[in-house]
Amino acid sequence: MADQTDPTADRPQDAPSRREPAAAPARPAEERTGRPEPGFLEQLFAPVAGFGVTFSTMFRKVPTQEYPEVKRPTAARFHGRHQLNRHPDGLEKCVGCELCAWACPADAIYVEGADNTAEARFSPGERYGRVYQINYLRCIFCGLCIEACPTRALTMTNEYELTDPTRSALIYEKHQLLAPMGADQLQPPFPMAEGMEERDYYRGQVTGPTQAQRDHVAARDAADAREEAAR
Amino acid sequence: MSLLTAYPDLLAAGLALPAVDRPAADFSDTPWWLSLVKALLLFVYVMLSVVVVIWFERRVIGRMQQRPGPNRFGPLGILQTLADGIKLFLKEDVTPKNADKLMFYAAPLLVASLAFVSFAIIPLGGDVRMFGHTTPLQLTDTPVAVLLVLAVAGVGAYGFVLAGWSSGSTYPLLGGLRSTAQVISYEIAMGLSLVAVFLYAGSMSTSQIVARQAEPVSVFGLFEIPMWYVVPLFFSFVVYLITMVGETNRLPFDLAEGEGELGGGFHTEYSSMKFGMFFLGEYINMFTVSALATTLFLGGFHAPWPLTLINDNMLSSGWWGLLWFTLKMWMFIFFYVWLRGSLPRVRYDQFMKLGWKVLIPLSLVWVIAVMLIRAAQEGFFGEGRFVTVATLAVIGVFVVGGIFLWDRYAQRRATERDERLAVPAEVDPLAGGYPVPPLPGQKVVEPRTAVEAAQPVTVSSSTTTPDPEERRG
Repeated sequence: MADQTDPTADRPQDAPSRREPAAAPARPAEERTGRPEPGFLEQLFAPVAGFGVTFSTMFRKVPTQEYPEVKRPTAARFHGRHQLNRHPDGLEKCVGCELCAWACPADAIYVEGADNTAEARFSPGERYGRVYQINYLRCIFCGLCIEACPTRALTMTNEYELTDPTRSALIYEKHQLLAPMGADQLQPPFPMAEGMEERDYYRGQVTGPTQAQRDHVAARDAADAREEAAR
Repeated sequence: MSLLTAYPDLLAAGLALPAVDRPAADFSDTPWWLSLVKALLLFVYVMLSVVVVIWFERRVIGRMQQRPGPNRFGPLGILQTLADGIKLFLKEDVTPKNADKLMFYAAPLLVASLAFVSFAIIPLGGDVRMFGHTTPLQLTDTPVAVLLVLAVAGVGAYGFVLAGWSSGSTYPLLGGLRSTAQVISYEIAMGLSLVAVFLYAGSMSTSQIVARQAEPVSVFGLFEIPMWYVVPLFFSFVVYLITMVGETNRLPFDLAEGEGELGGGFHTEYSSMKFGMFFLGEYINMFTVSALATTLFLGGFHAPWPLTLINDNMLSSGWWGLLWFTLKMWMFIFFYVWLRGSLPRVRYDQFMKLGWKVLIPLSLVWVIAVMLIRAAQEGFFGEGRFVTVATLAVIGVFVVGGIFLWDRYAQRRATERDERLAVPAEVDPLAGGYPVPPLPGQKVVEPRTAVEAAQPVTVSSSTTTPDPEERRG
């Protein structure tokens, strides 16, 4: 059969002609498309069937979300704006370790840690985050910072309305990122719950501020108010 | 013209026209100032319609695409056109350096102002009382009113071609040329479709045509209905529908401003209110041709049939006419929007082919048929009950014969085409110099390599030839 590889060679009489149509599968349209054979009316109106499509679409439900007026809830685990969480008594969870900043692929997080002192304690343990900034012009909401955080201080909310006409306003500072104060929580700085160590906070032993902490914060606020009045 | 129509006795004395040819509308009780008032009202009517239609079109198209359309400004977004208009006014008005200034300024004025003219002869209603006078709800009428519309459309084409030419740039020029070619070629078919109406009405006056359509015709002796010309002249109606889209440069025939191919066509270089003029003109033209279609084919301002039986056709008289007229006109506007929502733009050659090779010849044949039918009805072929039937039968024989011949021709064409496009059973993938994959079901013929071509194969074929059943691709 060497002549088959040679198109110039004379073809044997029984070989199919080159102009002959390829053996098309002689199956009904129904088998090929999986749809029933169109009826007489369907075939008659096939050229103008598009008009029917547009006309019937007019009476279908419009899926548009009227966004600014109607806000649809996001998925439960939507990656929105970050939040810096607090312990039940109000102390911050962030320990200023900068692991979030290191994890960030977009270099959007800037953290500066500082030591807690006896006078000013912001978090249980040794260190707290003194400066915490997230640049939302850089953030890609990947959530790697959340995975990196060793104390669950950093989590994400479902809030997605992050726009502003200025660049600087989109660099969120610590006070913007901190979780809102709960009804029973106190504003740091104040000492840890008495008789508790740092690890007790993570064991869930602290469930709210103690009376001693409340008194401390009340005294601190009164002193601040007096100082303010004196000035 | 309005002077002539305002004084029918002058008309009758000066021009010996047959009575039926004269306008049916009676302007004898219409002082000149009332004509001015009517002109103003007409202007307001048209402008309001345009404002509404731009919003309407966008809303309807939106719904056809399963989205709401403009809904921000005003209830249901109805003030959107207002916002667009203000935006157009406030835009910078750029005149290109290359532009021919005078024509560049004149073209949009021409388009926008001429668009209003045709509405003067459209009967929007019957006789109404206005400021103590009885006057038809129509600005004026002439014995050749419909020709006036065609003439104005023809002059309006100047606006487009001048805009394209004076812009001093290529795309507008092409758009302008296309626009002229389009308007001219489709005006022929449109004119022919109107001829059939003239043959039936025996007049070119719009009020006369409307009056003739209101005359009841007995159906099988059972009941009498007004015979709107859309029924006996359905083919003309279809041709008119197609040509009116071509005339107004609307999708699917908006080749003159095809954004995909010509930037913006003839109005590429226009901005601000000069562009707004074209926009306005285009939409008014839509209303003009829709109003004409209403007048010529859908009985004008007369109420639809079952309603005409109420209280001695009360619903067709006076101000009621305006309602029916507006409704009918908006039916056409919806049709326009529907077309735009459903069809893509056609290619220019397809468009011209449709106009010259399909619409014009078919319209010519149709007009001849209508002419014969009318002649039979009017007794030109002799008196007798069956003259009309016989004429219809002869025409029918010709039509069936024509369809038969055309079908055979089309079948032969289709067979030839199939033969031309048939997929060969085998393909040499490198025959054209580039590797080509085989089509489904095609067998690949292995190309000869250079070595093979030089040295004839001497080895046993079973070792060198691939399995013939094997498909490569």
